[in-house]
Amino acid sequence: MMPFHARLFGAVVALTLAATAPALSQQLELKIMAPAAPGGGWDQTARAMQQALVAAKIARSVQVTNVAGAGGSIGIAQFVNGAKGDGNQMMVNGFVMVGALAMNKSPVTLEQVTPIARLTEEIQVIVVPANSPLKTAQDLATAVKADIAKVTFAGGSAGGVDHVMAALFAGTIGADAKKINYIPFSGGGESLAAILGGKVTAGISGLSEYEGQIKSGKLRALGVTSEKRIAGIDIPTFKEQGIDLVLANWRSVVAPPGITPEQRKTLSETVEKMVKSDAWKDILKQKGWDDAYLSGDAFADFLKKETTRVTDVLKSVGLVKS
Amino acid sequence: METFAALAHGMAVAVQPMNLLYALIGVFLGTAVGVLPGIGPALTVALLLPVTYKLDPGGSLIMFAGIYYGGMYGGSTTAILINTPGESASMATALEGNKMAKAGRGGPALATSAIGSFVAGTIATIGLAFLAPWLVDFAVRFGPEDYFALMCVAFVTVSATFGDSPIRGLTSLFIGLTLGLIGIDKLTGQARLAFGMPELLDGVEVTTLAVGLFAVGEALYVASRRHHAEEKIEPVRGSLWMTKQDWMRSWKPWLRGTMFGFPIGALPAGGAEIPTFLSYSTEKRLSKHPEEFGKGAIEGVAGPEAANNASAAGTLVPLLTLGLPTSATAAMMLAGFQQYGLNPGPLLFAERPDLVWGLIASLFIANVMLLILNLPLVGLWVRLLAIPQPWLYAGILVFATMGTIAAKPSVVELSMLAAFGVLGFLMRRFDFPIAPVVVGLILGPIAESQLRRALAISLGDPIVLLQSPMSATLLGIALIALVAPFVLKGLGRFRASED
Repeated sequence: MMPFHARLFGAVVALTLAATAPALSQQLELKIMAPAAPGGGWDQTARAMQQALVAAKIARSVQVTNVAGAGGSIGIAQFVNGAKGDGNQMMVNGFVMVGALAMNKSPVTLEQVTPIARLTEEIQVIVVPANSPLKTAQDLATAVKADIAKVTFAGGSAGGVDHVMAALFAGTIGADAKKINYIPFSGGGESLAAILGGKVTAGISGLSEYEGQIKSGKLRALGVTSEKRIAGIDIPTFKEQGIDLVLANWRSVVAPPGITPEQRKTLSETVEKMVKSDAWKDILKQKGWDDAYLSGDAFADFLKKETTRVTDVLKSVGLVKS
Repeated sequence: METFAALAHGMAVAVQPMNLLYALIGVFLGTAVGVLPGIGPALTVALLLPVTYKLDPGGSLIMFAGIYYGGMYGGSTTAILINTPGESASMATALEGNKMAKAGRGGPALATSAIGSFVAGTIATIGLAFLAPWLVDFAVRFGPEDYFALMCVAFVTVSATFGDSPIRGLTSLFIGLTLGLIGIDKLTGQARLAFGMPELLDGVEVTTLAVGLFAVGEALYVASRRHHAEEKIEPVRGSLWMTKQDWMRSWKPWLRGTMFGFPIGALPAGGAEIPTFLSYSTEKRLSKHPEEFGKGAIEGVAGPEAANNASAAGTLVPLLTLGLPTSATAAMMLAGFQQYGLNPGPLLFAERPDLVWGLIASLFIANVMLLILNLPLVGLWVRLLAIPQPWLYAGILVFATMGTIAAKPSVVELSMLAAFGVLGFLMRRFDFPIAPVVVGLILGPIAESQLRRALAISLGDPIVLLQSPMSATLLGIALIALVAPFVLKGLGRFRASED
């Protein structure tokens, strides 16, 4: 339940949005849950969907709710229990939720939800301050191999995508992932300050978050995690530097358990229409997100594989006890 | 001089009628949500984002900034009138402000908070315009060990300031520190003291604790005293406005509060709470009327209110210069920038000067508007206190419950609110100060993670705490603040025995 005024406010917002859509629009009334507080990536994804679905006249109204807490553990529990069988509800989730559910020993897992589609992904980057002696990813690898404890990585929350990436980096170059000196910060802001201030050896984050600093020359990017070089971005991949580290911070959307195949089909088609709309493409461009649309069984398969991979990494660094 | 020209250009952008209208809508909404506990400026901006998509970037950012400043204003109104801080930053205000309100001086309390916010907001916005590039350099060099040292200063001053004896203050502080341990450990991701309840994984919500201890605890206490002597609340005694003496006692705390609020707000992990408490402690120490503290000293309202608004301006320093959002609202504003394909950061000042300086100029305008909006309301607000006590407190309970559900809709949260209410009642009954509990909850986890980060970076070598000049200085201040009262007491005894 939202508070009365917030609900009233939401209704006013929804009305203004609905008023801009012509009467021909579909009668779909959707509810999308962002299992996080306003402002974060999941919330932005949910609101971007709301914006695109209404602007492209695919849905009549879309309401976004926020259920914050424990990397999405609270949100998914509420979603699985409360929205069961409801074909008008969806929830945004992503990479971080996989780790959070494993670490919090959540009774609810991603196997219980109905996968709809992967929407976006963001490439990860490792940066060092401009005055660092490390010039390439191989330099960093050499330093890690020489004394793993002395190389400090700053990034986001423990068990999140940045942490998993640090562990994968160490593992890929043949160092002991268990010994990485990873220092979690709350949010990109604080970790950026620690990197710029030269407190840590290297920083890990989504590329868009540090792009401004890289362009202005305050940070040097050692490598990105994409499979191939991205057009327009002059940063070598880890792969071309001989380090097999491919990873993306993906975000997807799922439906509640217990919906009928027809309901699943409607939701899948709605999301597909949205992904193809110009409104969605505009939003992706603004936010710097990469289109990573993957639906149906291919997405369900991907979700399963990522869950295994992330859980294995978290076990290897001792965050999840097996 | 370049800054002046840029600012003048920004003013020209901000005074366009449409932008003035956006600023007005912003400050009005901001004040409204600031008054309601639970609905913060961050949620408001989040709800407005999709609506503003079609507006021009300048206008909507100006509106968001108005909401942000307005929220800081509004939070203090409920803190003063009904002892229910709208957000944690206005907690220090509740301490003296509510006592003043009960003594019939709610008018001056609201006025000093409105004018203090205006003064601090204006000075801090000037600071934002002129010092931002320099300040951000300083802020970035502030490392984990420095934060830890800053927290130590806060702990010492806070536990020494509140309550009649340091032991009682420390007891309260440790209750807060214990509550701060609940939830997922930030550095290892493991749950602590959560007892298998998923609702506890994110720790205790600060507003739930503050509203429970302050508002619910107070309501229970008043109810328990009803059959003894009824406490008389006079809505207005003496002047509704600030007297000459009030002005004399307020202007220095305004300036000192600004000095605390702006730089600490600019730190990426500074926040608005630490400067308000440091300001409160400082004013109590420097006041010529220390005996009035705890009974309604105007300095204790003027200082923290100035500090809290100055820190709001401080938050914009890292946001505009580095693209670092350091508060939930700042994060939403960052999303607002990105909606227009703008990336705040070192390049924004160069790429879109019209926007940045328009925003800064409109902050000045928002401040003036808030003052005009708030001062006439003072007379109206204090009427609230004329409501008969049972009705007033019943209203407060409804309000507190509503705010808590707004922030986190769950039964566990409500039960916690009730439990904290009982705790607040017991602490009041047995004379333990309640503010240190909240301070412990806010600062404990920060101090812990920063210390552990510092030690992880130094590979476990504690000397790092003394190697940074900033950290060494702050720890020195904390040590002096801790030892000085005892030494002075000892000296006094020594002198006394000489006579």
